[in-house]
Amino acid sequence: MSIPNNLKYTKSHEWVRLEDDGTATIGITQHAQELLGDMVFVETPDTGRKLQQGEECAVVESVKAAADVYAPIAGEVIGANPDLEAAPEKINQDAYAAWLFKLKPVNIADLNNLLDAVAYQKLLESEH
Amino acid sequence: MPLHYGSQLEEHHKVRTDAGMFDVSHMLAVDINGEAARSFLRHLVANNIDKLTQPGKALYTCMLNPEGGVIDDLIIYFLDETHFRMVVNAGTAEGDMEWILAQRDAMARGLEIVPRRDLAMIAVQGPDARAKVWRVIEGSQAVTENLKLFQAVLFDKYFIARTGYTGEDGFEIMLPSVDAADFWNALHAAGVAPAGLGARDTLRLEAGMNLYGQDMDQNTSPLESGLGWTVDMKTDRDFIGRKALMEAPVKRQLMGLILLDRGVLRSHQKVAMSPGKGGEEGEITSGGFSPTLDKSIALARLPLETAAGDEVHVIVRDKMLRAKVVKYPFVRNGKVLV
Repeated sequence: MSIPNNLKYTKSHEWVRLEDDGTATIGITQHAQELLGDMVFVETPDTGRKLQQGEECAVVESVKAAADVYAPIAGEVIGANPDLEAAPEKINQDAYAAWLFKLKPVNIADLNNLLDAVAYQKLLESEH
Repeated sequence: MPLHYGSQLEEHHKVRTDAGMFDVSHMLAVDINGEAARSFLRHLVANNIDKLTQPGKALYTCMLNPEGGVIDDLIIYFLDETHFRMVVNAGTAEGDMEWILAQRDAMARGLEIVPRRDLAMIAVQGPDARAKVWRVIEGSQAVTENLKLFQAVLFDKYFIARTGYTGEDGFEIMLPSVDAADFWNALHAAGVAPAGLGARDTLRLEAGMNLYGQDMDQNTSPLESGLGWTVDMKTDRDFIGRKALMEAPVKRQLMGLILLDRGVLRSHQKVAMSPGKGGEEGEITSGGFSPTLDKSIALARLPLETAAGDEVHVIVRDKMLRAKVVKYPFVRNGKVLV
């Protein structure tokens, strides 16, 4: 399983991508979608909502289970992926393309506290 | 049995449109052998064993405790007057055996109760299931083609029953465990898709079939669990739990729900009733996503006043989601019924 080098990761299996305009795009990892299985419902946070780091802010539900998604960093929600309402299976097809929502970070430096691809790979190995 | 082999949704659709198979060997077959078998079962279970008059016929029933709660739900096959076979759930098998042996010791000492851990069980389900089994078990078509629903036959080393837990046609087949892997592989080669516990749950939920431990248990009455049709009180037959059932008022019923808003219904979510439809709360006993309907559905224990067509609210996290009350099953033989 390849873990993209250009992303940051959380222990709760979210990924974050810092965009050129300083915003952050957030999704769940390939590992998370594999554990959950076929996705059937996604609930994303409303635009304008201010999130603390670690706050529950989205829900992904598969045929098996519901899982909370936590904000990897603090920030204000500036948009959610409109495709997922009709097609939550896009997360199964490509977890790193099917983003959930975008944040305007309070402090971009918060990203430094997250895992890089190597550290996330190690985390996954330690969970097996 | 794993939760899924690949995509749970694909496994589900395969059973609805073609054929899938489940390794249900974790369930336990228990043979009841002896002259007193019928009279023992007449007392032991809530459905009436005397409905079984033709060898091979099967009966779905609950086994109740004296308080009227459900110890387990099971199928009993009538082989001949001195041989009956039960199939009980895996999680309850140990407790069932203790209970059955205690009842045997109290009222039918000569009866032989034999747990058949030497048998494996494979459920082959779907519109094409029977034809695919016929291709794999040579000579089986002639002996099983005319089997009616809930009827079984012993053929060679196979016990073939036209039963299932999916709402589709098919067979549940018992055979010696040592032969199970070869049989499984032969079915696979014949185009039967392996399916896991996940698909088994969504299929049975769509088919409106109860799951022990979720839709009923030791503390719930079968009459409040959608199982009234399996409790036979027409005769004065004295069965365990009867007295308690007759004395306890029935206040709730199992009904189907279809979610009208976006989301997924899950077991234990609370149901808020509309005004005038009973102040009491209801609760979802089994909920999930229905791949056939492409919507979320549930079985819920609701006040008796609730009727099909009512709109209720399900409390899902911090939201109140609208759901419609329906009569289940939701799906049978590939067709949507709601």
